[in-house]
Formats: sequence, C-alpha cells, structure tokens
Amino acid sequence: MPVIVTANAIDPGALATEFFRSHPDAAVATFTGFVRDFNETSRVQALFLECYVEMAGKVLTSLGEGAASRFELKAWHIVHRFGTLTAKEPIVFVATSADHRAEAFSACEFIMDALKTDAPFWKQEHDGAKATWVSAKLADENRRNRWVEEDKTP
Amino acid sequence: MKKEVVGRVNGTMTVTVKFFSLIREAVGEEQTTITLSDELRTVAQLKTHLGQRGEQWREALSHPNLIQAVNQRVVFEDQLLKNTDEVAFFPPMTGG
Repeated sequence: MPVIVTANAIDPGALATEFFRSHPDAAVATFTGFVRDFNETSRVQALFLECYVEMAGKVLTSLGEGAASRFELKAWHIVHRFGTLTAKEPIVFVATSADHRAEAFSACEFIMDALKTDAPFWKQEHDGAKATWVSAKLADENRRNRWVEEDKTP
Repeated sequence: MKKEVVGRVNGTMTVTVKFFSLIREAVGEEQTTITLSDELRTVAQLKTHLGQRGEQWREALSHPNLIQAVNQRVVFEDQLLKNTDEVAFFPPMTGG
C-alpha cells in the first residue's frame, strides 16, 4: 500500500530500506519528520495527534497520485502516525523515486507541503502541565500555495 | 419540473456528523446523527441547526476558519446533503 496511516510506531530506516529494495530507481528521495521537543514557550514532552482516519487515507492517496503524475514518479510511499507520540519519535515518512533527482526531491517536498495543510491531522502538544492545540502556520500555508502559484505560471 | 423533496422516499434521511480537535472539545461530542428535512439540506443549514443546541455549538460552528467536509472531501457550505452522507467539522489541519 502506498499510504499507511497508523497508530503504531514507525521505523523510517526500515521503511527506507524496503523502499530502496522494492524500487531500485536512479533517484530516490526520502523525508522523515520527528516530533519536536520544543515550541515557542516550553519543552514538549508528548504529542497527541488526532486524525480523521478515513479522510486522511483518501487525501494522502490523492496527494501521492498527484505528485506521481506531476513529477513522473516511478513510485511513492507515505506513512503517517497518529495517536500519542513522545518527543523525537518519527511522525511522518515520505519516499519518492524517479529517473532524476530533481523530480524525486520536488515530489517529496510537494507531498510534505501539501500534507501539512490538506491532510486531516491535528497536533496537541503536552508539556507536562498543560495541553495546547497547535495553530496552523501561515508559513505552511505559504509553502502550500507556492505549488498552486507554480501551476498558474505558463 | 417537480421539486425533489427530501425525506419522502424510503422514510427518514439522516447524516452522520463528526467533530475533530478544538471543535470536538467545544461541542463536547465526537459524533451525532441528524435527520434531514426540506429546511435542512445543506451544510450551512446543518450548522445553523446544530447551533441551536447552545452557545458553545453556535460559536464553534461559526468560527471563520472552520473547515467542513462531506464524505471525506472539503466542501463549501452550500453543499447539498443526501441520505447517509458523513459530514465533518474541524479547524485548519496541522499534520506532518
């Protein structure tokens, strides 16, 4: 399955190794996101990641298929955690393979930028004393919109 | 052309409504079932209907950044609802 949305811990090293083995293409890019252990005001001990599981599967599949068509990918894989995670735990893994590095890099970045704003996950940070829902960031919205602007460029 | 009337075919028509994150916390429910009627057949009308449950509901569902989805797809609030649709309300997404 190119998309996995799971409450279980993920092992990005094993996921990458399996992707390289299954897709021995010329250019493979991978990205792994980890739970940060800090925010603006305090240290983060744990992260609760709420997920609309049925929608997340559909959105991530659509993003992967969109990236595959846009960047002529040979293969792609998206794995996203939900549930309760501790600081530094891997939260998301993306792999893309293509004939050339530019396409593999761009597709990986495109998927991550779109996933941040389009996939139904919500982060709540716990610092030991209180829990705070993370606000959507304008910077993420701007990164997402870069790809839309690029679409409009003749 | 005869106007289609919701609710006259096969008895009651219902939608499932789900709430996530801040919206779930504000309304105090994860999920509810709502019966459609001639006056309740769009997402906007559903929001107004649910808003009558109390100030918390009205406030949460009138938030300017609220996102609504029908059958796991983000929609505008003039989206028409049909029997067995799954509607969801949530704030901007923060995954990755």
